[in-house]
Amino acid sequence: MSKVKEQCACKKETEEEKLTRIAEVIDEYKMKEGSLIQILHMAQGIYGYLPLELQCFIADKTGIPLSQVSGVVTFYSFFSTKPKGENTIRVCLGTACYVRGGKKIIERLKELLEIDVGDTTSDGKFTLEVMRCIGACGLAPAITINDKVYKQVNPDKLQAILKEYY
Amino acid sequence: MVYLTINNKKIAAEEGMTILEAAKHNNIHIPNFCYLEGVHQAGACRICVVEVEGAKTLQASCMTQVQEGMVVHTNTERVKKARKVLFELLLSDHPQNCLSCSRNQSCEFQKLGELIQIDEFRFQGEKSKTAVDNSSPSITRDLSKCILCRRCVTVCNQIQGVGILNTQRRGFRTVIGPAENLPLNSVNCVFCGQCTTVCPVGALQEKDSLQEVWKAIHNKNTRVIVQTAPAVRAALGEEFGYEPGTLVTGKMVSALRDIGFDHVFDTNFAADLTIIEEGNEFLTRVRDAFNGKGAVLPLITSCSPGWIKYIEHVFPDEIGHLSTCKSPHMMMGALVKSYYAEKIGVDPKDMFVVSVMPCTAKKFEITRPEMRNGGYPNVDAVLTTRELARMIKDAGIDFTELEDSGFDNPLGLSTGAGDIFAATGGVMEAAIRTVYEVVTGREMPFEKLHIKPLVGLSQIKTADILIENPVDEYRFLDGVTLKVAVTSGLKGAKILMEQVQRGESPYHFIEIMGCPGGCISGGGQPRPVNDLIRQKRLEAIYAEDEGKEIRKSHENPFIIRLYEEYLEKPLGHKSHELLHTHYTKRGMSIEKIG
Ligand code: SF4
Ligand code: SF4
Ligand code: SF4
Ligand code: FES
Repeated sequence: MSKVKEQCACKKETEEEKLTRIAEVIDEYKMKEGSLIQILHMAQGIYGYLPLELQCFIADKTGIPLSQVSGVVTFYSFFSTKPKGENTIRVCLGTACYVRGGKKIIERLKELLEIDVGDTTSDGKFTLEVMRCIGACGLAPAITINDKVYKQVNPDKLQAILKEYY
Repeated sequence: MVYLTINNKKIAAEEGMTILEAAKHNNIHIPNFCYLEGVHQAGACRICVVEVEGAKTLQASCMTQVQEGMVVHTNTERVKKARKVLFELLLSDHPQNCLSCSRNQSCEFQKLGELIQIDEFRFQGEKSKTAVDNSSPSITRDLSKCILCRRCVTVCNQIQGVGILNTQRRGFRTVIGPAENLPLNSVNCVFCGQCTTVCPVGALQEKDSLQEVWKAIHNKNTRVIVQTAPAVRAALGEEFGYEPGTLVTGKMVSALRDIGFDHVFDTNFAADLTIIEEGNEFLTRVRDAFNGKGAVLPLITSCSPGWIKYIEHVFPDEIGHLSTCKSPHMMMGALVKSYYAEKIGVDPKDMFVVSVMPCTAKKFEITRPEMRNGGYPNVDAVLTTRELARMIKDAGIDFTELEDSGFDNPLGLSTGAGDIFAATGGVMEAAIRTVYEVVTGREMPFEKLHIKPLVGLSQIKTADILIENPVDEYRFLDGVTLKVAVTSGLKGAKILMEQVQRGESPYHFIEIMGCPGGCISGGGQPRPVNDLIRQKRLEAIYAEDEGKEIRKSHENPFIIRLYEEYLEKPLGHKSHELLHTHYTKRGMSIEKIG
C-alpha cells in the first residue's frame, strides 16, 4: 500500500503547485452559495489537511472571514487541522470494546507511538484516532489500521502489529 | 393584525411579530436573555420559552411568530421549571465571582438571576473554558464568563462586517472567538469595541486603564492632563440615571477636577484644529487635481482609529486616500507635550495625558509607534466613557449634585464645529463650514449651518455642494459641484471603499466613522445602545453646537492664536511634525501587531 502511495504524482507536487490548484478550486466555487464546505473538502483532498495558514489562504481568496472558515473546520470532525500520517490507526470505543480493554489499548498505543489521540508521529507514519462502534463487538476489543480490522487485540500484541507497517 | 391569547388575555399583534414582542407590547414580560432588540435574534439560550397550546415542545418566544388564534402561556409550571433548569445550566458553567467582576451590578445575567430566583446550586460541573485574552491594547476577552449568546457574533459579522468572532468547535467545547482561538491582537480585529457594547456579561470588555490613570494622579511629580471627546458629554449622564441625550458637559468637567486631574482640556478644540489642517489638505488636493498635477481623491477622513485599522487590513492599497491628519485627541496630546509644556514650563517627561473617549480603538491608537513626538507618546492612557463613570463612582463623587464648570484654556475652547465631530456626518459638515467659506468668502448657505442630507443615522449619506463666485484664488472651482459622502459602521465603509477600489467613486471627500452612528455610539459608550438612544445623543450633540456662539472652526480665537504663536501655518513644518501621521499596510486576516 505504501509503495503505491510513493509512486503517486501528488506526493511530488510542490507546496506552490498545491496552492495553485486550491486557488483554482476557489475561483471555480467561490461565487456559489454555501460553497465553503466544498472548497474545504477539495482543499483537504489536495493538501492532506487544513492548517491555519491554508485556512487563511482560503479566507483571503474567498473574502469569507477566517473565523468563519475555522468555525466550519472545527465543527466537522472530517476536517483535520493536523497532517495525517501515512497510516491511520483507529481504536474502537464502542461499549463492548471499551469494557473489554479498548482504553488499555489506547494507553499502550500512546506509549508506543509517543503521541496523543488525534496526533501524528513525528516520522509521519501513524495517526492515532478513536472511533465509535464498528460492529465487531463479538470480537472486542477491535482496532483498524487503514482499512484492515484487527480483532481481539491484546495490548501486548500491538508492537507486532505496528511492525507490519514499517 | 393577528389576534391571539397570552395568559388568558386577548391581544392584537402585527403580523410577523414574535410572541416575545407581542407580549411586550401588551405589558407582559417574558424573561429573555440572548435576544437583543433590533440586533440579535438567534434562539441561542432558550430562556424565553413559553407554552403554545397544540405544540408538543416549549417554544422560544423570541423566535416564534404570532399566529391567528394562538393560545400562549408564559408562566405555567412547566415553563417556569424549564426556565429554571436552563438558567441553572448556564450558571453551572459560569465562574460566579460577581464581586470581583467589573460587570457587577450592570450584568444582564445577574438581572436574569434576580427574575428567576434559584436558591441552590444543583449542577456543579466541569467548566468548559477558562482562558483570558488580554493580548490587545483595546479589548479583554474572558472566555470563562461567556454564556454563548452569540450577540457579539452578530454584531461583528452582520453589523460591522469584520468577522473576528465566530463559533469555534462544537458541543461542550464550543467557544466564541477568533480562528483557532488566536489572540485578538494577532488577527484583523479593528478594536471597534461594538462587541463589548452588546455582551450581556463580563466576557467582552474594554481593556482596563483605570489603574494606570489612578497611579499617575497619585504621583505628586506628574502633571496629569485630561481631555474629553465630543461624544462623551452626550452619553456619560446615562451611567448616572439621566435620560439618554442629556448633556452633562459642565458636571463632567467638575468631576474630572474633583478626581484630581491638573488640567481639563477639550478634545473639541483639537477637532477645530483638525478642520483647519484637513480642510487645507483637501483644498490642496483639489487644487492639484484640477491643475492636472494629479492628487489622490476622494480624500477620506482619519479621525476614527477603528476605521483606520480596517482600511489597513482590508484595503491596504487605498491608504493613500486617507487624510494624513492624526485624530483630534492625538493632536491634542502632541500639543500638550510641546506647545503647552513650553508655555507652562513643565518637562514633557513629567506629563501624563489621558483621553476620555467613546472608543476602544483609541486605546490601540495611542500604542502606534508613529504616535510619538520628542521621544514621548502623544497620549499616555485612554479611558472609555464607561471607565470614566466607574472612576467617578470609585472617587465617591455624587455626580448628580455637581455644579457645572468650564474647561481650562487655551486648549479648552471650541466651536460648534468641534462638537459635531461626535456624530456621523459631523466631521464633514464642520469641514464644509470652513472650506466653503475659504473658497467663496461667504458663509455656507444652509439653514442653521447644517447640511441636512448628511445628518441622521442612515448608512450612506451624500450631498452635492455647488461652488459659485469663488474668490480669485479658487477661480478654477467656479461652477464645480463638490460631491461628498458620509458613512458610519464598517459595512458602509466597505461599500464606499469597493467603489474607490474600482476607480468609480464619484466623490471628492468622504467621511468614515467605524461605529454605526459615529462616536456617539462608539465601543466605549454606556450600554445599552439602540437607534432610539443614538438619535437622542445625536440631537444632544447638535443642540450643543447650536448653543455655541462661534460655530466655525476657523473662527476659534485660540486656534488663530495657536497658529500665530506656535504652528505658523496650516500644513507647515510644525504641523507636519506634530499633527500628521502615516499608515501601515496590514494582513487581510492575520497580523501580529504587538
Ligand atoms: S458576568 Fe455577571 S454573573 Fe458573571 S461573574 Fe460577572 S457580574 Fe457575575
Ligand atoms: S472589536 Fe470590533 S472587530 Fe474586534 S471583535 Fe469586536 S466587533 Fe469585531
Ligand atoms: S462573548 Fe459575550 S456576547 Fe459574545 S457570545 Fe459570549 S456572552 Fe455572548
Ligand atoms: S432570548 Fe429567546 S432564545 Fe434566548
